[in-house]
Amino acid sequence: MTTEPGFLDGNAAAGDLESLFGADMTTAAGQCQGCGLRMRLAEAHAYLGGPGTVLRCPGCEDVLLRMVRSPNHLWLDASGLDYLRLPAAAG
Amino acid sequence: MAVISRGFHGRARDKGHELPPGQYETTGFPVLSAGPTPVVSLDDWEFTVRTETGVRYSWNWQELMALPSETPTVDIHCVTKWSKFGTRWQGVSLDVLLADVESGAEYALVRSYGDYTTNLPLEDLLDGKAWVAYRFDDEELPAEHGGPARLLVPHLYFWKSAKWVSGIQLLDEEEQGFWETVGYHNYGDPWREQRYQGD
Repeated sequence: MTTEPGFLDGNAAAGDLESLFGADMTTAAGQCQGCGLRMRLAEAHAYLGGPGTVLRCPGCEDVLLRMVRSPNHLWLDASGLDYLRLPAAAG
Repeated sequence: MAVISRGFHGRARDKGHELPPGQYETTGFPVLSAGPTPVVSLDDWEFTVRTETGVRYSWNWQELMALPSETPTVDIHCVTKWSKFGTRWQGVSLDVLLADVESGAEYALVRSYGDYTTNLPLEDLLDGKAWVAYRFDDEELPAEHGGPARLLVPHLYFWKSAKWVSGIQLLDEEEQGFWETVGYHNYGDPWREQRYQGD
């Protein structure tokens, strides 16, 4: 089985992620739980426009993060990331 | 017993079509994906049913094509709020595929090539309500719409109609799929606007 890409780069999810984390997440970094690749979230593959926002690893295409916004809740699964490193607020 | 009424939400349409609450009609066919499009060769394609006791049933492409098919024309409703009327498909009814499967399961977890999954009650796959569809509008189902074959369960929101379907796990206990684990409804009835958990 091969795959055909249909993604945007992680910057396309910047608005969604900033609304969740309250910080510019394009400079955030993380490590893929699947293959161990370390990356900036801006380098992740973003799938938007469907039921939710999906970020996938640019190395292995495993899901890094899923986010769904309902009228009353914001749902986040970031279990595909070993860690997420956010920029500290300017002091 | 709960009495479910469609109330006054649905909008009457020409030719008997009706729009569920909160939906709008599109004449296009939007492509929504949560991941890369898997390209599955027909030589490698396989559809597998696993029962709750671990018994495995499978069909390759030639075996699927040899089964009697149906040509349902149905309205489809995406949870992102578009609906498309009168879509024409060809596929094999799940009644045919599950006819000889011995199971007392109540739930199904549908799996796709790639990592997509979705859950629904087994009874919603039976009695003429669901197909493994491989043609759309008299042509082979394009990969971006789920080809070589996708599940078609038009009475539920379309995320339940898994693209690139590879099989069904039959389960005694409900197990949530890709979107259901992040807030989407376990059942997803468009007429009751069951978009998110709690709806």
